[in-house]
Amino acid sequence: MANEAQIAVLAPIDAAHATTDRDFYAESSGIKNWLVTLDHKRIGLMYLTSVMLAFIAAGIFALLIRIELLSVGQTIMDADTYNQVFTLHGAIMVFLFIIPSVPAALGNFLLPIVLGAKDVAFPRLNLMSFYIYVIGAIMALASMIIGSVDTGWTFYTPYSSSSDVGSQNAVIWMTGAVFVLGFSSILTGVNFIATIHKMRAPGQHWKRLPLFVWATYATSVIQVLATPVLAITLLLLIMERGFGLGIFDPRLGGDPVLFQHFFWFYSHPAVYIMILPGMGIVSEIIATFSRRPIFGYMFVAMSSVALALLGFLVWGHHMFTSGQSEYSTMVFSALTFLVAIPSGVKVLNWVATLYQGQIVLTTPMLYALAFIVLFSIGGLTGLTLGTLSVDIHLHDTYYVVAHFHYVMVGGTVFAFFGGLHYWWPKMTGKLYDERMAKVAFWIFFVGFNVTFLSQFVMGSRGMPRRYYDYLPQFEELHRFSSVGAFIIGIGILLMIVVFVRSAIGGPKSPPNPWGSAGFEWQTTSPPPLENFPRTPIMTRGPYDYHLATEAELYSGFPEDFQKSEPSKSEPSKSEPSKSEPSKS
Amino acid sequence: MDHIPDIFGQLPKAASTLAPSVDWLFQFIFWISVVMFVLIVGTMLFFVAKYRAKPGQKPTAPGGSHLTLELFWTFAPLLLLVMLFHWGFKSYVFAAVAPAGALEFRVRAKKWNWEFEYPSGTREGSLLVVPVHQPIKLIMSSDDVLHSFYVPEFRVKRDIVPGMYSTLWFEATEVGEYQVYCTEYCGTSHSGMLAKVRVVTPEQYRIFLRDQDRPPPGKTQAEWGEQLFASNSCTTCHHLQAGQAPGVGPNLRGIIGTQQPLEGGGAVLADLAYVRESILRPQAKIVRGYGNAQMSAYVLADSRIEAIYAYLETLH
Repeated sequence: MANEAQIAVLAPIDAAHATTDRDFYAESSGIKNWLVTLDHKRIGLMYLTSVMLAFIAAGIFALLIRIELLSVGQTIMDADTYNQVFTLHGAIMVFLFIIPSVPAALGNFLLPIVLGAKDVAFPRLNLMSFYIYVIGAIMALASMIIGSVDTGWTFYTPYSSSSDVGSQNAVIWMTGAVFVLGFSSILTGVNFIATIHKMRAPGQHWKRLPLFVWATYATSVIQVLATPVLAITLLLLIMERGFGLGIFDPRLGGDPVLFQHFFWFYSHPAVYIMILPGMGIVSEIIATFSRRPIFGYMFVAMSSVALALLGFLVWGHHMFTSGQSEYSTMVFSALTFLVAIPSGVKVLNWVATLYQGQIVLTTPMLYALAFIVLFSIGGLTGLTLGTLSVDIHLHDTYYVVAHFHYVMVGGTVFAFFGGLHYWWPKMTGKLYDERMAKVAFWIFFVGFNVTFLSQFVMGSRGMPRRYYDYLPQFEELHRFSSVGAFIIGIGILLMIVVFVRSAIGGPKSPPNPWGSAGFEWQTTSPPPLENFPRTPIMTRGPYDYHLATEAELYSGFPEDFQKSEPSKSEPSKSEPSKSEPSKS
Repeated sequence: MDHIPDIFGQLPKAASTLAPSVDWLFQFIFWISVVMFVLIVGTMLFFVAKYRAKPGQKPTAPGGSHLTLELFWTFAPLLLLVMLFHWGFKSYVFAAVAPAGALEFRVRAKKWNWEFEYPSGTREGSLLVVPVHQPIKLIMSSDDVLHSFYVPEFRVKRDIVPGMYSTLWFEATEVGEYQVYCTEYCGTSHSGMLAKVRVVTPEQYRIFLRDQDRPPPGKTQAEWGEQLFASNSCTTCHHLQAGQAPGVGPNLRGIIGTQQPLEGGGAVLADLAYVRESILRPQAKIVRGYGNAQMSAYVLADSRIEAIYAYLETLH
């Protein structure tokens, strides 16, 4: 039985040795074969391109914000323009970048492969999800052309149902775009849940699923349960704005705080959609570059599930000053402290994984370690915000802005970029320049902290958020923060250059450049169309380095391994030095 | 420890009876977080340095179950968190319940101005004068969209929701002037919707109330009018420079004594009656071209309206 399994898993390495034109890119070419593809890998790459474009657009808006805030008074734009710019920064980052980012771009590509499957459960639904995303993106673009939305990404009423800055209809187009984008998210979630339940390869037990899969599963559950609430909320807002139906506007008999309850009922679980996949990536990277299983595997897996469930119970902590009852605020504060525990459990288990590991500091590992540092800051400042009396002082100040950027950027974006670097060779078959990538990482890391650490101080000193202009006592900190934003821009630009150079003329990657025991690495880089030459049979977990063979962990080209290995049954030998994947 | 010093200057001056408990909690959580952060990141860096991969290392079988450790660090933090919740809630309840005998003021928030109505009935824009060591209760409403009343130095904040009354109370502990911000995004001039709380001695408060409906000492009526024009945030929408492009509302330089064309035809002479009506009932006559602008009513005492009129008369 063991020999059979070993053969099943080793065979791909032989296959890679044969010819390279059997990878999924080579199966068909031309733009039509991308636009109507049913291959989850191509869909994932199309998503990746789209979310990166959204990230760059929203990032440019961020730079515009920070330029305006360099000095007191008008710097480059008037108040209405500024209000539109911060709204677009938020809306594009949340709905067009961060929510789809890890699940749709990396999840789509990797999930079937790590499960040992040929594709997702519903490939056509997958393609449809992508086109729904595209339609939503076009609608958001339309709202920017038709007029202007200056409501903030949270669309609070009655400002959003009555504001006449810019065009009447722009708000409807933008909220309509978000409504449409929600379906992309829901259908992706449905697809992934079905895939994980039904398409696992033989031997791929729940108790040894990769943690990325557990994270994706929990995320998908949230996507399916929470997103419809946002859809309904936005539809009600559109009805009120378009047809004068009184739901949220008190002049029409409605309740403004009701909107906030509806909105945050989705948007709080949404932040777990944003962070859980990132945490899944961090688990994968830390396991590989410590060469050992994640400490407390079951606790980490279950903490993803706990976050998904508890995340539905805390939405009122966004509304402590809104006028909800003191009873409500008490309950929400208590539950908010409860939801801190699973995140803490993960961080402690990741650090424990490093103990007695064999650590390699590649670029992905740097991003994963940075996640631990930055997510800790984000999470700890969340405790301050969950404390009722302190939150009254800090709500709607820059302290909140700093907190959520630490978890969303320091957390999710760092994890996403770490995952991009980690799985880049798997997706493209090419290696990137490690040294330049590390330089980009450090610039991004430093720039990020300069930008946002200063914002904690601004906020606790009383600087409100969404402010076009500010009092002179805050100018120094604002200026410092803005300089940081430019450093971030340089770091990200450099990272993009690293990837472009790799895509154009980067060196070829071996199937498993990192020497990982994960199953996505037990096939060629890039994989063949159906991911594996034959259905793999899993006889070990993805982190069982002590059970994997030398061949499975070899980080060079298979033909070189087979040259140096006299026979497969020899006891393990040390690897030749030229297997180092990190040479630029 | 009764008072944790703010060694990084993270908080503004503590000027209310609520502030000390909020500040203590803030600093407590801050320092606990620093300790936890140093422990976590320090351990992480130590492990990274100590367990770097060496060439030729074999992967080792992972250790056994660590259930005790897992359960420990899952439930131990709960003890701390329960304490934080409790202290936060206690302090919050103190802030939520106004003491009996608090002095009440009406606050009206509108785009983009704070209007304070004193117990005497006089309405003052952008300035709330209160006696020190006296609980003050604000009964707040909004004419249009969500706003939020925030005084950092008192550590108080409350959203003002249109369609209902919201209350907030504080007791200032030190004479001085404190900044009021709007902290719920409300449109174009959200960041310009500022006001001041001036905390004075009871004697000074009495004098202030007595002299409220006259020009301040040493100021003419027109100078008072200029002050009122600014303190009621008229400048946000009505520009006054010669030749300046109009804002949300018409430019008011030189309009006194002229005919003002109206939406829907006709015209009106811009005299004191017109100015009074435009302030008290702005929707009665709308200047041509400003049909979409929504000016809120400003209920000002006659003496103030006359002062503003006197000021406008000086602008040619």
